[in-house]
Amino acid sequence: MDGTGLAISLAKAGFVAFLLLNAVPLLVWLERRGAAFIQDRIGPNRTSIAGFALAGLVQPLADVVKFMFKEDFVPPSANRTFYLLAPIITLIPALMTFAVVPFADVVRIGERLVQMQVADLNVGILYVFAIASLGVYGVVLAGWASNNKYSFLGSVRASAQMISYELSMGLSVLGLVMVFGTLQLDDMVRAQGARLFGVLPLWGIVLQPLGFLLFVISVFAETNRLPFDLAESEAELVVGYHTEYSSMKFATFFMAEYIAMTTGAALIVSLFLGGWQVPFVSSETLNGWTADLLGPGAGSWLAALIQFGSFSAKLGFFLWLFIWVRWTLPRFRYDQLMRLGWKVMLPLALANLLVTAAVLLVIDGAAGR
Amino acid sequence: MTPVTVKGVNPADVKDVARAQTDENRPWWVRTYIPAILGGMGVTMRHLIANLRNRRNTATIEYPEVKREYSPRFRGRHYLKKRPSGDPRCVACYMCATACPADCIFIVAGEHPDPAIEKYPVEFVIDGLRCIYCGYCVDACPEDAIAMTRDYEMAGYHREDFIWDKDYLLNWRDRVEREDGYQPYEGEIDKERMSRGRL
Repeated sequence: MDGTGLAISLAKAGFVAFLLLNAVPLLVWLERRGAAFIQDRIGPNRTSIAGFALAGLVQPLADVVKFMFKEDFVPPSANRTFYLLAPIITLIPALMTFAVVPFADVVRIGERLVQMQVADLNVGILYVFAIASLGVYGVVLAGWASNNKYSFLGSVRASAQMISYELSMGLSVLGLVMVFGTLQLDDMVRAQGARLFGVLPLWGIVLQPLGFLLFVISVFAETNRLPFDLAESEAELVVGYHTEYSSMKFATFFMAEYIAMTTGAALIVSLFLGGWQVPFVSSETLNGWTADLLGPGAGSWLAALIQFGSFSAKLGFFLWLFIWVRWTLPRFRYDQLMRLGWKVMLPLALANLLVTAAVLLVIDGAAGR
Repeated sequence: MTPVTVKGVNPADVKDVARAQTDENRPWWVRTYIPAILGGMGVTMRHLIANLRNRRNTATIEYPEVKREYSPRFRGRHYLKKRPSGDPRCVACYMCATACPADCIFIVAGEHPDPAIEKYPVEFVIDGLRCIYCGYCVDACPEDAIAMTRDYEMAGYHREDFIWDKDYLLNWRDRVEREDGYQPYEGEIDKERMSRGRL
């Protein structure tokens, strides 16, 4: 890799990290204000800079300052090494997963075609699952190292839950992998630019409606969001695995939760809703228009910007869905959670896989391959 | 044991209705709970949109600017009433201190120079941190000398700030305007109800 390539890679990584870290305060704001309006309250609207509260958007800033200056307490009975390691182990995988998510079509810089994706791995989806399942270690370590019964119970629940739902998560995507015949997310998004009968965008949700539903439910479970927040269960376990954490260590868990949410939503969008594809306008058409307008170089940038906007809009909808569901549904009981995971989701995912395989076989047979 | 029958209802029908309500007898699409979840999400979204449009239905009272209207019988911080001369109406009879369940009233009686008034409080202290704001002192007072306001904004930097002495109790309302709260009963006293222990 030459110098320019390295610089471009660093710029992309920096952009994605910036995006993810800045999504957190916005999401916290959206969560708090959204929850307030849903519950007939007003929510934070007091904190202001020079009289500008920006509808409460300044509140996260004040929260950050508060987190920084709070006492950073390590319980004397905790296992210090693992206690300090746990928040980092939770945050890093949450940040890493986003690396394979493409957020726009290729952009032309001089002679170079740059992919708008941090890492175009040929094992894309496998990488996602491998890294996402690392997140459970942070939760387990946090609960175990805190030496607190609530933390411990929370982490035990979380690990059982995450392992159970990872199965149906993986199986629900396998159908899609079979349809598109690739593990690369960028290729999948590109394949979703096709149309059915020239009208309906051939997104993953059209090809695999059941897979979509199962995947969305699994993502809710994987990110420990309500109705699957048994790891936290504030009503019964204080806040579960991060009960003993204070100050910026707690904030790290908090950030990890919201970043995992963003990554989960980005995966849903990329796999099932066409990723950066603008509905009804194919990437070639869009690039043609913008190239006519600004020339091929700047045109590809404008097209990428429009596609990034499309991606962000879909992402935003799913992030809102996470919040919306949280303030609508109550938490599952533990046995209900396990029953849903093993006796409903898993058989459905397997059935979906089987039917998809059979249909593909018939289509391929008809095509004489 | 004979079954309880409701007029016009066949018990067999009731049993069927009850069975129809169980999970197994609902259609499969109801049992996925997806329609119910979507319905619930509709409810939350309706609230969200209504509250975004206007704040009429929000329960929040934006406190320092807007304050809750309390009842005229609200039992807030006490004050001592004065005679026209400016002296306290209190005759240091200890009725309030005796009635007080929290034991928060401390009185030292002294002889009044006016022979028409027997005693007066040399000291009259209420410990606002012990007080449970029950209003029994107001009920107990034979001289209508103590009453309550609607003041509930009692914050202080020190515990000493809540030890209200005679001077404070007589004069704090001159400094801070506060509406009257719980007052001594002024109407006709129903002797019969009183004999039953109720005013």
